[in-house]
Amino acid sequence: MNTEVGISLRDAIPFIPELVIICTGLIAMMLDLVVRKKGPVAAFVVFGTLVAGYAMCKLNGFNEPQSAFLNMFILDGYAGFFKLIFFINLILTVCISYRYMIIEKSSYGEYYSLLTFATAGMMVMASATDLITLYLGLELMALSTYILAGLMRNDRRSNEAALKYFFLGAFSSAFLLYGISLTYGMTGTTNLNEISATIQNLNIAGNPILFLGLIFIMTAFAFKIALAPFHMWAPDVYEGAPTSVTAFMSVGPKAAGFAVLGRVLFEAFGSMQVQWTNILIPLALLTMAVGSIVALSQTNIKRMLAYSSVAHASYMLLGVIAGTPAGLVSTINYLLIYTFMNIGAFAIVILLRSEGFQGQDLDDYRGLAKSNPLAAALMLVFMFSLTGIPPTAGFIGKFYVFMELINADKTYLAVIAVAFSAISAFFYLRVVMYMYMKDSDEPRTISCSPSMNVALAVTALMVIVLGIYPEPVLNYVKTVVFG
Amino acid sequence: MVPLSWYIILSAVLFCIGVFGFLARRNMIVMFISIELMLNAVNISLVAFSHYLQQVTGQILVFFVITVAAAEAAIGLAILIAYYKNNPTVKADDASLMKG
Amino acid sequence: MCIKYAMPGTYIPINYLPVAIIMLISSLIGLGALVVGLLVRPRRPYAQKLYPYESGNPPIGDPRVPFNVKFYIVAMLFVVFDVEAVFLYPWAVAYGQLGIFGFVEMMLFIVVLLVGYIYVWKKGAFNWE
Repeated sequence: MNTEVGISLRDAIPFIPELVIICTGLIAMMLDLVVRKKGPVAAFVVFGTLVAGYAMCKLNGFNEPQSAFLNMFILDGYAGFFKLIFFINLILTVCISYRYMIIEKSSYGEYYSLLTFATAGMMVMASATDLITLYLGLELMALSTYILAGLMRNDRRSNEAALKYFFLGAFSSAFLLYGISLTYGMTGTTNLNEISATIQNLNIAGNPILFLGLIFIMTAFAFKIALAPFHMWAPDVYEGAPTSVTAFMSVGPKAAGFAVLGRVLFEAFGSMQVQWTNILIPLALLTMAVGSIVALSQTNIKRMLAYSSVAHASYMLLGVIAGTPAGLVSTINYLLIYTFMNIGAFAIVILLRSEGFQGQDLDDYRGLAKSNPLAAALMLVFMFSLTGIPPTAGFIGKFYVFMELINADKTYLAVIAVAFSAISAFFYLRVVMYMYMKDSDEPRTISCSPSMNVALAVTALMVIVLGIYPEPVLNYVKTVVFG
Repeated sequence: MVPLSWYIILSAVLFCIGVFGFLARRNMIVMFISIELMLNAVNISLVAFSHYLQQVTGQILVFFVITVAAAEAAIGLAILIAYYKNNPTVKADDASLMKG
Repeated sequence: MCIKYAMPGTYIPINYLPVAIIMLISSLIGLGALVVGLLVRPRRPYAQKLYPYESGNPPIGDPRVPFNVKFYIVAMLFVVFDVEAVFLYPWAVAYGQLGIFGFVEMMLFIVVLLVGYIYVWKKGAFNWE
């Protein structure tokens, strides 16, 4: 074998989880052409994801990082943990959506393939150590989610959501590319490690054009993770998209965005930390304010959860702002917890959707505790967790982020964040109040299904377990991410 | 040869025209074209840097940008057609079913 | 991997001077013919003469009719499959150096495209009716 270009088939080994996921998506697409029912397709996607997860654990990237394709791709603990989050996200989304997509009359087989392709894109993003692979992963994820948002072809709100998501997403990726181009022009490389080395060797950390490139790249990711003032698309898209897709994209792209942000900021632009911290702090504060305050006036539960996810993005960002490896660990820990509690909350929203009943309005939650005590109790747990009330996991997530902020001498940020959390308690607990303290005489049907029950059980259990006994997971994140 | 700065200025100007077109024009097709203009502005600067640095990395990225832009165009037009079937308009301001 | 180019330097487009002169002369000739025609020819316009097709059918309606949406679908598919072929060219040029890895990778790429093609076919996007 001629190895002049330095790539061989061995390079494909760390890439196996991605290959498995992509093949799963392709086979699901073909399967959909053959079988009429969508059940087998959904089951196959879950199976494929489990295989990919198994392959990833077998590769043991957690202990020994393996890089491939001329250092464009790496499987290390950091990427591996994010991939676990993506797998959990994918499986839970498939579980909560099977029945829902039938009710919405949008049960297409493509839905499951697109979810897998989007996940493959996120995985590539988490593993990218080169701006080229980063861009490709981002686009694979983004293009799939644009279609997913517009999957309900005959629903005007879904059309509109897809349109808005597409326009702002494409706009932001153009910014990302311009940032990449400027960075490449200044440093002469697209590899994250080499960028960092060049910045130090040439001593160009203060170069204004490089700084402009960094700003453009950060703007693009601020769009993706919906930081104010680039969050405008989020509420509309979250409201219009099918609820299961909203659940999927409130977690997946956000986690992938943080994975990339962490790697790019710490690995490539580590020597410009002062600059990017100064940009991120006002962004985080503004995001917190917008997310918590605008959510107060929302009566549509999906819209409220959209603003809530904007606010949560700012809490996660605080871990990055802390600027220490421990801060990044707290962000990742928060992301894992957020995955469970947010998908759980959306699962309840989906539960209320039944034939001829939207169940998206706050008023639809009146008296839920009487008619469906279990669903109300689960929603209570998720709302408490999103607020950050102990002993739920949300408290632990916030606690560690704030603690790392204080350790990094940014106590004032922690204080402001706590204040905004207190404000956000109002709209989360309002849902609880509607469920438990208001009455409704309308009969309510709930669209349960076995897979939905599993998903709800898992999310609720994890929210409580991670809230009571967080040490093992936190230590695991620490060892996995930073040896 | 044309100095690097000319290409970079050209690309910056084109990018700004694209941004302006996206923000100022309300026809969705024109907004779409503006995004394509931004992507191609980036391509110019990537190729210019690549040439200047005597490397091929930038040109490889351009390849990917071109193909991704094609996929993006296909998906964008598909979404636009799906939208148009239910709301026969291409004015961006009419897409305001959801607010608040 | 490094490809050599002529070094950047000051730019004097001396080689393009004949082209510029040709362009100037040809446009002058074209313009001159128009101007001479305008000055010399008699002008007696009447209604039939001003029709787009003299002594043809009178035009009906707007020539700009919306295209059938099926054209867009075909155009979209064409763009996607056409542009992806761009990767085949550098692959073919560098095939000797890429070895078995390059072959396997390109086969994977083509299989992915093929799956997309089969999907599109089975979904009936190629059916005009």
